[in-house]
Amino acid sequence: MTGPILEVHDLHVRFQTPDGEVHAVRGVDLEVAKGETIAVVGESGSGKSQIMLSVMGLLASNGRATGSVRFDGNELIGLSPKALNRYRGVRLAMIFQEPMTSLDPLQRIETQIGDPLVFHQGMSRAAARTRVLELLELVGIPRAKDRLTAYPHELSGGQRQRVMIAMALANRPDVLIADEPTTALDVTIQAQILQLLRDLQQRLGMAIVFITHDLGIVRHVADRVYVMQGGEVREHGRVREIFEHPRHAYTKLLLSAEPEGTKRPPPPGAPMLLEAKQVEVVFELPKGLLGRSKEAIRAVDDVSLSLREGQTVGVVGESGSGKSTLGRAMLRLLPAAGRIAYLGRDLTDLDQETLRPLRRELQVVFQDPFGSLSPRLTVGEIVGEGLRVHEAALGAAERDRRVVEALNEVQLEPRFMRRFPHEFSGGQRQRIAIARALVLRPRFVLLDEPTSALDRTIQKQIVELLRALQQQHKLTYLFISHDLAVVRAMADTVMVMQNGKVVEQGPTQRIFEEPQEDYTRALLAAALDLIPVNAAATAS
Amino acid sequence: MLRYVLRRLLGALPTLLVIVTVAFFLIRVAPGGPFNLERPLPPQIMENLLAYYQLDQPLWRQYFNYIGGLLTGDLGPSYVYRDFTVDQLLRQGLPVSIQLGGTALLLAIGVGTALGTFAALRQNRAGDVGVMTVAMVGITIPNFVMAPVLTLIFAIWLGWLPAGGWGEGALINKLLPVFTLALPQIAVIARLTRGSMIEVLRADHVRTARANGLPPRVVTLRALRGALLPVVSYLGPAAAALLTGSVVIETIFGIPGIGRYFVQGALNRDYTLVMGTVVTIALFIVVFNLLVDLLYAVLDPKVRYD
Repeated sequence: MTGPILEVHDLHVRFQTPDGEVHAVRGVDLEVAKGETIAVVGESGSGKSQIMLSVMGLLASNGRATGSVRFDGNELIGLSPKALNRYRGVRLAMIFQEPMTSLDPLQRIETQIGDPLVFHQGMSRAAARTRVLELLELVGIPRAKDRLTAYPHELSGGQRQRVMIAMALANRPDVLIADEPTTALDVTIQAQILQLLRDLQQRLGMAIVFITHDLGIVRHVADRVYVMQGGEVREHGRVREIFEHPRHAYTKLLLSAEPEGTKRPPPPGAPMLLEAKQVEVVFELPKGLLGRSKEAIRAVDDVSLSLREGQTVGVVGESGSGKSTLGRAMLRLLPAAGRIAYLGRDLTDLDQETLRPLRRELQVVFQDPFGSLSPRLTVGEIVGEGLRVHEAALGAAERDRRVVEALNEVQLEPRFMRRFPHEFSGGQRQRIAIARALVLRPRFVLLDEPTSALDRTIQKQIVELLRALQQQHKLTYLFISHDLAVVRAMADTVMVMQNGKVVEQGPTQRIFEEPQEDYTRALLAAALDLIPVNAAATAS
Repeated sequence: MLRYVLRRLLGALPTLLVIVTVAFFLIRVAPGGPFNLERPLPPQIMENLLAYYQLDQPLWRQYFNYIGGLLTGDLGPSYVYRDFTVDQLLRQGLPVSIQLGGTALLLAIGVGTALGTFAALRQNRAGDVGVMTVAMVGITIPNFVMAPVLTLIFAIWLGWLPAGGWGEGALINKLLPVFTLALPQIAVIARLTRGSMIEVLRADHVRTARANGLPPRVVTLRALRGALLPVVSYLGPAAAALLTGSVVIETIFGIPGIGRYFVQGALNRDYTLVMGTVVTIALFIVVFNLLVDLLYAVLDPKVRYD
């Protein structure tokens, strides 16, 4: 092996913002040898993406990189976009996290994959077509010929990521940078894409740089790893060494960030809280311009479940499985057929007006801690809003006292009351959302992917918080998640959904250890293969 | 696609009927009538006139008569331009207004998008600030100020261009009115283009294009296509407004379009003339909104009408 193909030395990235300079990357050194796979791992804000965006000359316009980036001996920092284009898309390629938005929605697949060929090799579109076809087949797109004329919105997320990879590989790059390439995908698709990248690397012999927050991926694919925190490399070395003998405290923290433990079972004979029988939600597709077509999607198809007080039922499934729709139907947040009873009282025929007093006891926490808090209200107003509706008799002082109490319970300082949501991190916002639900002293909480938008270390904290609160207040949870590790740590029983139907349900331990159905097995295989706790345990 | 167009046009009929009905009764609510002159006409003559034009009949019957005429394409006689039917007046004026407005529209689209793109690529730098300042001036200075000022400079002081008149559509006569008419539209389109272009240039897929090392010119053109969508939706109403004549511009430059008929008709209570212009403008708006929606489908593959 000769010298490294990519060499980053003392790289600094600074952003000029209205609030002053942000020093995002602080003197990073990093090397990539030919044909090697490295991973740069860290949580959001650690600067891991900014390093590779500097390499590609793609920093935001208020950002500036200093230091040295040498590609095959040539300095890249300071090159004009035009000069950089001798490398970008030719010898250096990059794929991104968001396959939904990273392709041009207005251009056909053929054009987009062909672009690097046309603009770098001067191929004609007709000549490029043959090569595009080869590439589509290489990345495993079925019926490649029919897909040439497709637009991105006609493809699934996994297919779009395959198209991104095909585009990046068009000119057989020496280095492929993959920025969280599977984060936005379902676990089974994730496993497929990683497998594809590994195969392609073996066939084409390129180096791959993975940027990821997911230690499972690192364990799975990389030769060497760089652990980043606060813009600096904390530790680097061979993956095996780092996983088995982490030296830096932060690496240890990351490695133990997997949600641990299981939930204590509810006391036997706990009363039945919420019971649903044969729930069915059908969305009709408005299609055809004159007549109504009868086409309909059964988002939830004949699902029954029951929750006893203090119990947590975990609902897992990939996107489109109907798990969120089921959750909403349970609370009558959208129209559904079937019978839903709360404490023996049938909710099905109640109108929204009669339902309202019950809503106090049935609360929801959503996935998106950014979208679900109004940016124009203070934290105190957000948390206290439910009290204004359901306990209108409370005075302002008493209401504030209850808000403070709720904030204390989620371990936020009461002085945060006067601040606005944008001043908080994702984990803190999710705590605010939990406080908003708790302040009404509910008996049931629907948790719809409450940890999915958060970093692993934060996820673990939220899982522990939710479990503690449940214990303390005898809460009942319906916990919806695509993340099997989190569900394992949270739920008493698990329900696996696919295409609106229940594939399998049972006690958490049984589902994880002795899955009966093929789909459950596939889901577990795809996910657990990537979970580092298991991997690390079996690594020795 | 054809079915979609037909459906849209059929769907516009109720809208048009409502517009015609509201306009018909509104103008009748206004005090006075077409024959109320400063010196009142003798009662006998007034009666004869009203009878001749069937204005003595109950209002509901006049309404149905008008609708009946409209269905056969008869817009009725003008009450003020006595020797003309409304149809004839529109036939004379509309081509002039369309020529004027159409040229202004094309100019506005071309120059506006170019300036907007130029500004977006130099966001917050001197070029951007310059273009946006000029655009602001274009929007804020009303055309009844801009028109005389330009006339003063180019027609009176420099003597390069005629101060007014249509000159049977000679190019030299069109320059000033077209430019004055286009100026605020150039400004609006430039601002719209800049805004949406800045947004698209930050999009993930533009980053992908740059990561692929596509030439900057190609990246810009690709981005522009996406950025034009909001501009296109603005063009529907704007085109209808421009093509159906500008009252101010046609009056100041003495151009025989239909814009002035609208105002004169309203002031003179020339009921049929007002109705004729209302129907024309409504039709234009319906048609141009349809064209905009069709253009959307051409630009954005996610939009399909079949």
